[in-house]
Amino acid sequence: MMDQKVIALPIEKTTLIGQRVKKPDAPDKATGKTRYINDMLLPQMLIGKILHAGRPHAEIVSIDVSAAEMLPGVHGVLTGKDAAGLKFGFVRDNVALKEKVCCEHDEVAAVAAETEEIADQALRLIKVQYKDLPGIFSPEDGRKTDAPQIHDSFPENKSLHFEFRHGDLSAAEAASDFIVDDVFRVHHVTHCCMGTSCAIADFDDNGKLTIWSQTQYPYNYKMDLAPALGIHPGDIRVIQPPVGGAFGSKLDVYPYEPIAALLARKTGRPVKVIYSREEEFRSAPTRQAAVIHMRTGCTRDGTLTFRSADVLLDNGAYTSWGPTIPVVMMRTTSGHYRVPVIDFNAQAIYTNNPYAGSFRGYGNVQTTFATAQQMDMLAEQLDMDPLEFHLKNAQKSGETTPQKAFLRECALDECLSTAAQASDYTKKQKQYALERDQEGRYKKGIGLASAIHNAGGAKIHKSDGCGTILKVDDYARVTVITGASEIGQGIDAVINLIVAEELGVPLEHITIVNNDSDIAPWDVGVHASRTTFIAGNGARRAAVQARKQILNAATRITGMPAEDLDLRGGFVVQDSSGTKVIKLEKLLRRMHFQPEPELVMVTDYYEPNSEPEGADHISDHSAAYAHAVHVAEVTVDTYTGEVKVDKVTSAQDVGRVINLMGLEAQIEGGIAIGLGYALSEEMRLENGMLQNPRFRDYKVLTAPEMPQLDLHFIESDCSEGPYGAKGASELPTIVIAPAIANAVYNATGIRFRNPPLTPEKVSRAIWEKQQAAREN
Amino acid sequence: MSLKTEINFRLNGRPVTVEVPVTMKTLFMLRDVLDLTGTKYSCGEGECGACTIRLDGETVNSCLMYAVDCDGREVVTIEGLKTAEALHPMQQAFVDHGAIQCGFCMPGMIVQADYLAENNPELSREEMCRGLEGNICRCTGYTKVLDAIAAVVESGQ
Repeated sequence: MMDQKVIALPIEKTTLIGQRVKKPDAPDKATGKTRYINDMLLPQMLIGKILHAGRPHAEIVSIDVSAAEMLPGVHGVLTGKDAAGLKFGFVRDNVALKEKVCCEHDEVAAVAAETEEIADQALRLIKVQYKDLPGIFSPEDGRKTDAPQIHDSFPENKSLHFEFRHGDLSAAEAASDFIVDDVFRVHHVTHCCMGTSCAIADFDDNGKLTIWSQTQYPYNYKMDLAPALGIHPGDIRVIQPPVGGAFGSKLDVYPYEPIAALLARKTGRPVKVIYSREEEFRSAPTRQAAVIHMRTGCTRDGTLTFRSADVLLDNGAYTSWGPTIPVVMMRTTSGHYRVPVIDFNAQAIYTNNPYAGSFRGYGNVQTTFATAQQMDMLAEQLDMDPLEFHLKNAQKSGETTPQKAFLRECALDECLSTAAQASDYTKKQKQYALERDQEGRYKKGIGLASAIHNAGGAKIHKSDGCGTILKVDDYARVTVITGASEIGQGIDAVINLIVAEELGVPLEHITIVNNDSDIAPWDVGVHASRTTFIAGNGARRAAVQARKQILNAATRITGMPAEDLDLRGGFVVQDSSGTKVIKLEKLLRRMHFQPEPELVMVTDYYEPNSEPEGADHISDHSAAYAHAVHVAEVTVDTYTGEVKVDKVTSAQDVGRVINLMGLEAQIEGGIAIGLGYALSEEMRLENGMLQNPRFRDYKVLTAPEMPQLDLHFIESDCSEGPYGAKGASELPTIVIAPAIANAVYNATGIRFRNPPLTPEKVSRAIWEKQQAAREN
Repeated sequence: MSLKTEINFRLNGRPVTVEVPVTMKTLFMLRDVLDLTGTKYSCGEGECGACTIRLDGETVNSCLMYAVDCDGREVVTIEGLKTAEALHPMQQAFVDHGAIQCGFCMPGMIVQADYLAENNPELSREEMCRGLEGNICRCTGYTKVLDAIAAVVESGQ
């Protein structure tokens, strides 16, 4: 009786879009049950350890591994000759094990042993004789005519070069009433994933490699790993256990991964390589350091006339994906503001520093640190309210940037007005500028910055697509097999939400499978703020197909028109009344157990309608673009130089909120990484050697340093995005640092062109300013 | 091989006897000898808090403490918080508030948060921040972590 009564109740139409949905992986992570790759053990597994050079530039005169090989418990030792010729990397300039040392962490030898203790002991028994060579420790030094050459095949230490010119620069300069001209020096930082780097490799006896990897791009990873081993990419299976953070650092192949595989091949046993925290600091990729000479001009009425950027980048010793970041720098030199003339030139120079990789924000962090400060400087020179200046030049919907980005739905105006109003920016900015030179230890400041970023993928490969396979079983349980990787960012929750929205099943009845390259279909990886957009579209399209199939079957069985049927709460219901027609799992079984059996199994490959980039890297490369504006409010202690960020007001065009909780989490976390970049994090390199390879000396922000956050989501309703959504996760990291620099300027009258704004740097600048004032 | 010794202590409410090398840290005893991998290695020098456990009710960085010093004491790890029926209220609050992304720092963070809430029923946001100073999270920016703890404190659980 009860059951019939419950079944008789109609089910109202509701939506999950914009709701708060929990991550399906969260409970196991909260209880400690999740086995990360770091926690994994395999039967017969050996521990692989790497001997790093510990010097920045040297020839290896001799290497003697005989004592290590003899040590009981050691099963294999490798040196440079074991990887000779197996070049990998973006320009094939790297090998897993080196015959010449080009940076501090270069891998000189590796051992596989039964325990970590034995492996460490074996490393100590390896005798290497080096001949140190003069090194290059800045891109400027690398360009000098007498500079030593790091790689034979790269004359003048030149790595990648990018340029873009649009319009007549000299005419635009002549037409400018104001020009700001600055050199920004942006520094090395690193990802500091809480789970240190780790790989486990095992060959089967058919010669196929299985690698348990932290990668965030499993399919291209196969392609990038294969040459380091001399095998076919098709003979690699990538399994992705849960990872302790990635943030772009796992968007490449690093030597420890082929080393694990080479050791596994040599020993015939599974081999796990896992880094200590110090190794992690010394060997991890960096956000690329650069010297950015930027000039921006405008006319007296506040119209931007041109922007030029001459960028010199510290490539480090090898070319990973990192040195491709100027492509993104080039694209984001304009696009938030209308800049009719652009002159962009970037050269990456090989040095003997640690080499640069991908890091959340990918070049745009560096560019926006410069562009957003120059906007602030020009507004001051014009004696114009900065907000008015920003609004006057802000790009609008329907415009195309010189870099060919078509801004179909552009909400920069609204982002600017929302952030400014919510923070009372204009009033405070004027007030704090007036209070700047008054007495008092603590000075308040407010700063505004904006940025543009791709928000609908980035077609840097031939395809920017994502495959999805979706099946619904006889119990109405849904399995979604997607190419999109979960690295903690929350794509599983987004896909759960989308599929539940379309199929009207409870969230907990959906399982996501996306950790095995032998099962999941192609995807380009977690990068370019693309996953919600691309994989979300794919999941929706697959779910819509399944929905149609189910509703058509319901029509056949019930005779009711499919247009008046809906899926809600695990039932097929009449759309108009919500009256239950049939329980979904019952319908699915009827579809299955009939003379012409029918299972619900669909596939989809979603390819965004963006343009592949050409040789000049200029195209409408993303299916959507988004803007964000941050207003930072700071208190500067003029005695100690400490910058306290009191509040950040963020207004970001997210297209449409899908999972509100996940979106907030991404914005909050993105801001935290950007705050560290702005205020405290710095890899202190002296002659290529990292001086602070530990959390004690490399300051990652903790809870007390976090500002109050006021987040605003602007919904521009992107016509290409799933339910209107755009990608969101990189913009907060990109835009926060210059907002802080502008706020510190507002508070102190001092312009900081060289992050991080540490107490030492800020107090010194304040002291120098006070000295100069006394002398005048 | 290092000298080994036998120790006895209570782990997550049950008595255990285990033989450990005298040079071994508690973190590695938990992970490598007792297979409790919820407690994480991230820095190994007491800077990040990922290895936080309870020792006689207090929180400690298990990476800094010798395993032999557990002898005769009461140890609780992240695995010891939940009951057979349900997640511990602090664990549930972290799940409900979206405080977990990659989750690698979370066992330590949750153990520390539970300790703070247990010892101060009127824990303020500022006190939470100070109490979490030794726990690094690279994903979340801490906001949702603080929201989760505040919810537990408010509910009085």
